[in-house]
Amino acid sequence: MNRDVIVNLSGAAPGGAAPGTGLSRRDLLRLVPAAAAGLVLGVRLTPAAPAAAGAASLAPNAFVQIDVGGAVTLWVPKSEMGQGVRTALPMILAEEIGAEWGKVTVEQAWLDPRFGDLDTGGSTSVRTSWDPLRKAGAAARAMLLQAASTRMQLPAAVLSVAGGRVIHQRSGRQVPFSDLVADAAALPVPADPPLKDPKDYTIVGRPLLRTDTPAKTDGRAIYGIDVSVPGMLHAAVVLPPTFGATPEGFDDEKTRRVPGVRAVVPFSRGFAVIAESTWAAFKGRDALVARFKESGRPPESSADLRRRCEAALGADGKVLRNDGDTAAALKTAAKRVEATYEIPFQAHAAMEPTNATAEVKDGRCTIWAPAQTPSWALEELKRVTGLPAEAIRINITFLGGGFGRRINPDFIIDAAEIATAAGAPVKMLWSREQDLQHDYYRPFAMHRLAAGIEADGRIAAWSHHFASTSISAFYDPATKEPESDEIGGAADVPWPIPNVRVTYKPVDSPVPRGWWRSVDSSGNAFVVESFLDEVAAAAGKDPLRLRQELLRDPRRITYPNRAFIQDTTRLKGVIDLLAEKTPWGGPLGPGMGRGVAAHYSFQSYCAMAAEVEADGRGGVRVHRVVCAVDCGRVVHPGLVAAQMESAVVFALSAAVRGAITIDGSRVNEKNFDSYDLLRIDAMPTVETHIVPSTAPPTGVGEPGVPVVAPAVFNALFAATGKRIRRLPLQRGDLKPA
Amino acid sequence: MPRYTLTVNGQKRAVDVAADTPLLWVLRDTLGLTGTKYGCGQSLCGACTVHLDGEPIRSCVTTVADAASGGITTIEGLAADPNHPIRKAWIAEDVPQCGYCQPGMIMAAAALLAKNTKPKDGDIDAALSGHICRCGTYQRIRRAVHRAARSLTAPFGRRPGAAGPTARPPASPTDGGGR
Repeated sequence: MNRDVIVNLSGAAPGGAAPGTGLSRRDLLRLVPAAAAGLVLGVRLTPAAPAAAGAASLAPNAFVQIDVGGAVTLWVPKSEMGQGVRTALPMILAEEIGAEWGKVTVEQAWLDPRFGDLDTGGSTSVRTSWDPLRKAGAAARAMLLQAASTRMQLPAAVLSVAGGRVIHQRSGRQVPFSDLVADAAALPVPADPPLKDPKDYTIVGRPLLRTDTPAKTDGRAIYGIDVSVPGMLHAAVVLPPTFGATPEGFDDEKTRRVPGVRAVVPFSRGFAVIAESTWAAFKGRDALVARFKESGRPPESSADLRRRCEAALGADGKVLRNDGDTAAALKTAAKRVEATYEIPFQAHAAMEPTNATAEVKDGRCTIWAPAQTPSWALEELKRVTGLPAEAIRINITFLGGGFGRRINPDFIIDAAEIATAAGAPVKMLWSREQDLQHDYYRPFAMHRLAAGIEADGRIAAWSHHFASTSISAFYDPATKEPESDEIGGAADVPWPIPNVRVTYKPVDSPVPRGWWRSVDSSGNAFVVESFLDEVAAAAGKDPLRLRQELLRDPRRITYPNRAFIQDTTRLKGVIDLLAEKTPWGGPLGPGMGRGVAAHYSFQSYCAMAAEVEADGRGGVRVHRVVCAVDCGRVVHPGLVAAQMESAVVFALSAAVRGAITIDGSRVNEKNFDSYDLLRIDAMPTVETHIVPSTAPPTGVGEPGVPVVAPAVFNALFAATGKRIRRLPLQRGDLKPA
Repeated sequence: MPRYTLTVNGQKRAVDVAADTPLLWVLRDTLGLTGTKYGCGQSLCGACTVHLDGEPIRSCVTTVADAASGGITTIEGLAADPNHPIRKAWIAEDVPQCGYCQPGMIMAAAALLAKNTKPKDGDIDAALSGHICRCGTYQRIRRAVHRAARSLTAPFGRRPGAAGPTARPPASPTDGGGR
């Protein structure tokens, strides 16, 4: 039986909610109208005009350049923030070109229409670059083949390209790229070059060494914080002490006495101390007496926000899905399970504190920044500098982590304003405290769920009502779809339950919210996969077997106005692989428990099994996590495994370490002492298993994150009988009742 | 401003900076050695770790005055040896993701291996638990420290991983970006 299920997102406008896609592109588009055209396909392939005869290089498009000496340079049109784009994307290009992998040079693209928008987020880099970069590489190969065909007086069809040479297999004749570049460059660039047969791949699919490790292990890698330009000064800033406060004035008497301080300048949201060194700027900032005007809104606190969310759980919400008659089915069910879950604010806490370098002079603006979405920054820079796009250059450095924080262009705009006021190139650097206290946080949310179970164990009804501080309502308070970045993983539960009702109520707050690695799925999968575990326990079923049983008949979950589908065959595929590799039901140490979770997000499928024990001090010790992932064709299996390891650490920090809390309209946590993150002594063994696939590749930067917390807490339930429904784990949660 | 003479990576360097300036900012802003990173400013994350007379210290809370007495080694100094076993192990295990914390991790690992040539996982955890890697490379860090330890203790000419067939290509592309 093959059932198609359309998730009924009532009220969603065309181009509407995109569960599991991360960024709500619609909201970004509203903010970035001029960039809209480039957002459809992240990477734009614009063929170059044929070069004049005797050209110094073959450059059929912006991504590939082969010079007459045969040197191959490949440009990466995404930001490297650890996920490996500076390895995976050049691999796609080099594969199609037939270049010698060990000899290519990888370069970072800057924001330029020739490269597309460079936007890096939503686990899209490989997925959206796959086709355009294959074509970009194939164009070069086709031109080299054509030139070789002429040179060798052989039909192109009998020639092949590999290792930087065109080869005639039968005769063994070979011509290196260096001998062909001048001729190839004079040929027209093919619009639709033939792509390699995947069976001939020699680069894609292999665990090649990352290209960026040498520079990241000898101090050469340049992150935003490392940028240095001639005449550059350093800026430290004073930011609003409470949400929504606006700068009024300052007294810089003490600041001016700090040796090395040059000036204090105001900018839109604060004051900047300009100095000859970072340390002088920091000292000058600490000495500055700054005055801000409070927003006039009632002071926000976590306790008050929790009360408002509880009230919202008691109120009607917007109906996101309504299959059957859930209320009636809950009434008549043999057994009813109910639970309330809570998810706190979380910070991105990338290791590189927020920074950007700007120079604004002679009608030009130049930025060097660890940015995820330079196209958004460009629109804001046009507004604040009054300059046209052609006069603005945004260079992308290495990112010391991103996780969604650096999608926001706020820090780039600040730097441009400060550099303009300073009349010199300025590198603006935030303190760690500012980075934690002026983030765009993962939303606060509360969820109430109920399920009805029939006497035979079938799930008859699934009711899910939740409230959160909506991301899209933060960026656009007038939005008609505050649910757009909240519902992935909640509205699209994939099981054949006849009565399903999912409703949502936004809760207003002055706390800034944003896209935090895996966005809505990060919290919703914890809630939904934990509650499914509660249902399994109530029905007396094994939690993994229940998942397999629910997915026995293939279903296709479709999303309004979206090209992708959730194929439950693939979701079951990762659960089956996980069951085999763990192995599920295998022996466990004394006091340990095993838990499972599976989830579809960002068009990839991921399941994890965690093996944990209570550590006896109120905490949890995670010993082992097994991951199974289906992300279509794999460009680099090692990068997939690395992202699964990364997801485990990132999500475990949010599950068992710190949270962001609010009092007096400001963040309480200041540094890594009060906002602790997982450290090496809590690192479990992580094993990754990949489902072999020839489906188009999809991303892995985020899809591992959502399943970690539910797998761990389901395991903790198996070990202790304690159900954790509030993140993060509190010291008292495991005490006997 | 007072003048300090520092010994950094074996070279004498004279700097004119305020006495309370953390070594971190002298290295980064004055000497241009940006491999050492600012992460927290309070000795909580380890990103700024360098060696002072071979001991790992947090340069974000060590003043220039306190650092002037000894020999300072930064990631640039450690990596001046292209065959340094720790760096080679880090590359072979594909340890870094964003890479921002890695100079501090490598300096701490080097200090560990200088004292303990056969560390167990518990020793590695104890030496590195003051560090934070937000990307979560801890598992690979453990592997790389073990790999480096093996190569340090293996008899000459029989360094594990240095010989024999390998599934990996002999060379990696050049990353020309980021400068």
